[in-house]
Amino acid sequence: MAAERDPPPPGDAGQARFGEAEDGEDLFVVLCSPASLPAEDISANSNGPKLVDSFLDDDPDDLFAEATEEVSLDSPEREPILSDGPSPAITPIMAPRIDSTLFDQALEEEEDNGDTFDICISVSDPEKVGDGMNAYMAYKVTTKTSLSVFSQNELSVRRRFSDFLGLHSKLASKYMHSGYIVPPAPEKSIVGMTKVKVGKEDSSSTEFVEKRRSALERYLMRTVKHPVMLKDPNVLQFLESSELPRAVSTQALSGAGILRMVNKAADAVNKMTIKMNESDAWFEEKQQQFENLDAQFRKLHASVESLVCHRKELSLNTASFAKSAAMLGNSEDHTALSRALSQLAEMEEKMEQLHMDQAYADFYLFAELLGDYVRLLTAVKGVFDQRMKTWSKWQDAQLMLQRKREAEAKLQYANKPDKLQQAKDEIKEWEGKVQQGERDFEQISKTIRKELGRFEKERVKDFKSVIIKYLESLVQTQQQLIKYWEAFLPEAKAIA
Amino acid sequence: FSLLSLAVNVDLQTDGTLQVDISDALSERDKVKFTVHTKSTLPSFKQNEFSVVRQHEEFIWLHDSFVENEEYAGYIIPPAPPRPDFDASREKLQKLGEGEGSMTKEEFTKMKQELEAEYLAIFKKTVAMHEVFLCRVAAHPVLRKDLNFHVFLEYNQDLSVRGKNKKEKLEDFFKNVVKSADGVLVAGVKDVDDFFEHEKTFLLEYHNRVKDASAKSDRMIRSHKSAADDINRIASTLYTLGTQDSTDVCKFFLKVSELFEKTRKIEARVAADEDLKLADLLKYYLRESQAAKDLLYRRGRALVDYENANKALDKARAKNKDVLQAETTQQICCQKFEKISESAKQELIDFKTRRVAAFRKNLVELAELELKHAKVTSPHLLLVKN
Repeated sequence: MAAERDPPPPGDAGQARFGEAEDGEDLFVVLCSPASLPAEDISANSNGPKLVDSFLDDDPDDLFAEATEEVSLDSPEREPILSDGPSPAITPIMAPRIDSTLFDQALEEEEDNGDTFDICISVSDPEKVGDGMNAYMAYKVTTKTSLSVFSQNELSVRRRFSDFLGLHSKLASKYMHSGYIVPPAPEKSIVGMTKVKVGKEDSSSTEFVEKRRSALERYLMRTVKHPVMLKDPNVLQFLESSELPRAVSTQALSGAGILRMVNKAADAVNKMTIKMNESDAWFEEKQQQFENLDAQFRKLHASVESLVCHRKELSLNTASFAKSAAMLGNSEDHTALSRALSQLAEMEEKMEQLHMDQAYADFYLFAELLGDYVRLLTAVKGVFDQRMKTWSKWQDAQLMLQRKREAEAKLQYANKPDKLQQAKDEIKEWEGKVQQGERDFEQISKTIRKELGRFEKERVKDFKSVIIKYLESLVQTQQQLIKYWEAFLPEAKAIA
Repeated sequence: FSLLSLAVNVDLQTDGTLQVDISDALSERDKVKFTVHTKSTLPSFKQNEFSVVRQHEEFIWLHDSFVENEEYAGYIIPPAPPRPDFDASREKLQKLGEGEGSMTKEEFTKMKQELEAEYLAIFKKTVAMHEVFLCRVAAHPVLRKDLNFHVFLEYNQDLSVRGKNKKEKLEDFFKNVVKSADGVLVAGVKDVDDFFEHEKTFLLEYHNRVKDASAKSDRMIRSHKSAADDINRIASTLYTLGTQDSTDVCKFFLKVSELFEKTRKIEARVAADEDLKLADLLKYYLRESQAAKDLLYRRGRALVDYENANKALDKARAKNKDVLQAETTQQICCQKFEKISESAKQELIDFKTRRVAAFRKNLVELAELELKHAKVTSPHLLLVKN
């Protein structure tokens, strides 16, 4: 009986399944023995998934972080997979129905926790350290929190950009293949940094530093908002410890950097060759949705950047017009008109500042957020790719198993007892691997579902708050405009 | 149309005896056909009310005939209307048509509407410019009696005014070069009359500054329009995002899309108003100040001629040769100069009055419109915010 992968309806069906969860958990513990996972609290009312640090260090690949919510894996459903030897290619994805209610509940829990989610990170005080090409900017990272995982309520450390990148790369290598959406770090910018290093003290380099500071702050906030990341020791270390080992592997031309590039290329090739048999309509739909979203967001980002550019242009042109109007006012020999023109010029100067401010608002509020989301969407796509990779691994394991079985069958006829034993052992080994592969796949699928749900919620929150701030800035601009024009009107009327 | 024309057409003594306006206009591929409508109680016209169809070249012909007429040397000739220029707009429409495949239907319709509105605005403006020219002529006590003007208004056939051919255009070009060189020479001659000396310096400086202000205001308005276009694109992308499905997220995006749409309309309107009240005003007075400068040049020329004639007369008397001829020449020059001076003074005073009134009107209207827009936007924004 193949469970069809529909998005499970919230409500009744979910409730019925909950009971089975208890049983499933026991089975799960048994099956998890190789990783010696301590029995976790199964209640869905847990305060986010509990990560066991030591466990992670032993076996980074086997990340059963969601032990608390592991629902399925009841044996009756698993049998068909194992006996479905001959045609693994059309094996339906047997991951049993995951209760969306559990997800929702977990999410709600997180939401509630989010309301009492008391951590605020700010990045400030950019300071140039050193000179010449070895110089770098150090930022002060201040954490204010009442969460218990932290040693103090208020912490402050100094970090440089490569530290942030180092943190991200550690988190990515840990969590990405399990399907977590790891918030992407701000991008490197050789041009920007060189200007700063060289010591060019102009508005563009100040702008660059400010842009970066703001991006780093958003990055950290987004990282700690993720319940899994928040508990990660790397994150805690980053926020707390005064000294951090220099993350050399983030440099583009380092050995690690080149390795990364090679891996990326390999991944890209793999992506093209893996043809995943998607029998879960939910995932298919979501993937399509995210492709669309990605395209739209990129377009939006481009338009907003263009708007910022034009507003800046408008500001400059207004300034030059103001000067020109002032000159005209000087030439005008009719006194009242001359005065009015000078007033116009002054007013236009003020408008110039207004336009500039509006441009900055457009930019910092809107454009940067969109940029972040374009990068986040890439991370989301990455997560889908990971799922594909996991599926592929599972399929490969199944193939191997089949081959081993065939080899065993052959040996049975050839009657070679010692080789037979070896073959039987290999079969056992590969059976285990198949089971593991399937578990991994189910795990990652579940994680992704949860992550996507979280992503959607965060997205709405982010955008709502930004749009509201943006609206407020627009309102303010309009009110200023009113003030200026009201001041000008009597002058214009006074021209006799 | 009349509303637009009043923008620059201020303080004209429009009495009932002669009223001219452009009642209709038709835009064909390459040209615009204006329907010039006249209402008059003057006996020189056969009817009291009549209309003819004229094209831009015929306006230019009329203007040039004024300029070339020696009798009118002492008047500020109303500047000729600029040629209708739809090239930019047409190009944009074409580009839009070519790029139709690459955008969604909503985007395409929206951009098309935008461009069509722009086309219409340019069209209205060119009609207004042509109308202003005719009204100025009709309001001028001397020019309104011009025969060519009456023919222009009344003759209901094609005036067969062909545009200048290449040779003539080249002749014009050289004439202008000579004229501006001469203008420099003439301007160098100091005028005994304080009034004119002052006007000379004033107009020179004023003209240059108006030119600068006009260019800068154009650039400013263009940026404004580009920003409005960007907002338009943002609004449509948000709309697409919002229509992907009907979840809360998408409803939210739809709302935001509406907001941007409204913002864009306001910004576009602000830019358009600035364009009308400020940029067009400056452009018009750029041309008028040039016409005033031309008047001063003619007077200066006449003065130089007069002084030269005086010198020639003295020489002739000294040599006692061709005295009579020299005397007649001198008389003619003197009369010409004095005639020009007399009317020029009044013209320049009128120019100032008109200018001040036009600026006042436009600046006041600009301020009022901007206030109106800003006051409308604020509540809109607050509404959407909540």
